[in-house]
Amino acid sequence: LDHLERLALVDFRDSEGVERLQKAIQFADQLHEVNTDGVEPMDSVLEDRCLYLRDDDVTEGNCTKELMKNAREKVEEYFVAPPGNIPLPKLEERDTSLEGS
Amino acid sequence: APAKGYGGVWRRAWQCGAGRLSPVPRGWRAFPSNARGGAGSAAKCGLVPWVPVVGLEVHAQISSNSKLFSGSQVQFAAPPNSLVSFFDASLPGTLPVLNRRCVEAVVMTGLALNCRVNKKSLFDRKHYFYADLPAGYQITQQRVPIAVNGSLSYSVCVDNKMSRMVTKTVRIKQIQLEQDSGKSLHDDTRSQTLVDLNRAGVGLMEVVMEPDMCCGEEAAAAVKELQLILQTLGSSQAVMAEGQLRVDANVSVHHPGEPYGVRTEVKNINSLRFLAKAVDYEIQRQIEELENGGTILNETRAFDSKLGCTIPMRDKEENQDYRFMPEPNLPPLILYDAKSLPANMNHQQVVNIDWIHERLPDLPSVKRAKLVEQYGILPEHSFTLLNEDGLTEFFENVVNQTQMKPKKVIGWILNDMLSYLKQHSLTVKESPVSSFLLADLLNLLEKKEISSTAAKQVLAELWKGEGKTPLDIVKEKKLELIQDQKELEDICQAVIDARENEVIMVVLG
Repeated sequence: LDHLERLALVDFRDSEGVERLQKAIQFADQLHEVNTDGVEPMDSVLEDRCLYLRDDDVTEGNCTKELMKNAREKVEEYFVAPPGNIPLPKLEERDTSLEGS
Repeated sequence: APAKGYGGVWRRAWQCGAGRLSPVPRGWRAFPSNARGGAGSAAKCGLVPWVPVVGLEVHAQISSNSKLFSGSQVQFAAPPNSLVSFFDASLPGTLPVLNRRCVEAVVMTGLALNCRVNKKSLFDRKHYFYADLPAGYQITQQRVPIAVNGSLSYSVCVDNKMSRMVTKTVRIKQIQLEQDSGKSLHDDTRSQTLVDLNRAGVGLMEVVMEPDMCCGEEAAAAVKELQLILQTLGSSQAVMAEGQLRVDANVSVHHPGEPYGVRTEVKNINSLRFLAKAVDYEIQRQIEELENGGTILNETRAFDSKLGCTIPMRDKEENQDYRFMPEPNLPPLILYDAKSLPANMNHQQVVNIDWIHERLPDLPSVKRAKLVEQYGILPEHSFTLLNEDGLTEFFENVVNQTQMKPKKVIGWILNDMLSYLKQHSLTVKESPVSSFLLADLLNLLEKKEISSTAAKQVLAELWKGEGKTPLDIVKEKKLELIQDQKELEDICQAVIDARENEVIMVVLG
């Protein structure tokens, strides 16, 4: 659970969240009931479609102003982000918050 | 020029790829056995040679007008976030649309590197979090890339002598298509990162080389040859300084006969020279660490060019789990050849491997062989000609405009012209001396109107770029060779007359 939280940056926060996760896994486990011997796994339901190839022309871009509208902070047309990757709080701190709810 | 340094030492201690154990040469890293209390194995005492193993991952930016999955422009140095489409910014509701030119570029490169081109290849998502990756994943080809199992041949100098070159081969594991990320500018003073997405989504070819190399020199030579090939094909301009060619090195060391050691990944290498230095430093660091009883961590290290060393990268988490999954928005990429091409397909939708194969230009190795055959120059000359942008063309132009034999012309190109270019830090295209002027000068020399010493003087004058012709300079400085027999005799007689004593001594023997 801890590993999953770190990877996906999802916080399961309280026992309700963990329960919801357990139910989701149980639901997905039903897939095991289907016999898939000798069946090639699919990537997506669209995988037998033709992959469209686009010509190498410049057709987009030049919309800095519109893109910047979404940015909470910006500096001279650059998006502003926190420095590097902020490390997740340590294990002990998070266990406490789980218990607390 | 290949980097000097530790490369030579490793080869003396262990013949790369030859599989023989050569004796440790005198004076090379022999630690006295009492330094470690005596009871250590020979390995710990540094008397057993180390085998360095180097593998490379090269990312080459594809030379195309627009990005891999969107129609925004590909251009170096543009106003921040001006070449960004909604898809590049990862705004919801946008989808990737594959650029045919990028596919052709990878196929060309795969064919040039003797790979098997997969007629069906797949796209995947590689997940990790970073500010310059707005989607939180990169679209790449992890399971089935476009090209696999190729090889790259390159040459290294034996003992740093250009006259003895050896051909080596490195296996190419695969070449895949993937997206580039944006650029992060770290502002430590204000504790923030500025993100420019102009580069986000640009097409990259990742060329994965197997760990067949053993030192910095080999790594640099292999990358140089790859660079030349990419530039010849036009699939990438491969200029390292502009970030169009990025190399990560995987380095480990082990004792012969033992399993491979733990490897580290070295990043942030932005020139061929630094590549050789970084690899050699890392090999040295690992050997020292192991000989001192330490261990090597499977980590990512950055090369610090100022200090000339590698340092651990704190921002990269160890053992990243990228949670690869198929890219659901892109069906498999199907490539065709002459046999498999369906009859009524729209040409614009087809990438035909055979068609591309037929139109591949001469690769550097072929060009070099042709130069040697056509002009009778030495193989190492052909390397120098190809390594310098525009030099081959210059050489051929001079040859075509002069009576002097190519074997003599090459000396003037490689010894004189090239050293002037280096002195003034100019490219061949920027040379103040054109091929026409040089040919003119060489003709004077060939017709024996001037001596070769005089010719060198004239060349020095021409390099001042004052617009004079060789003939102008010769007349100005009175460098003509005296052709008149009588005049020459008079001069000789005058010398003899003036030096009676010396003449008598010569006559007496």
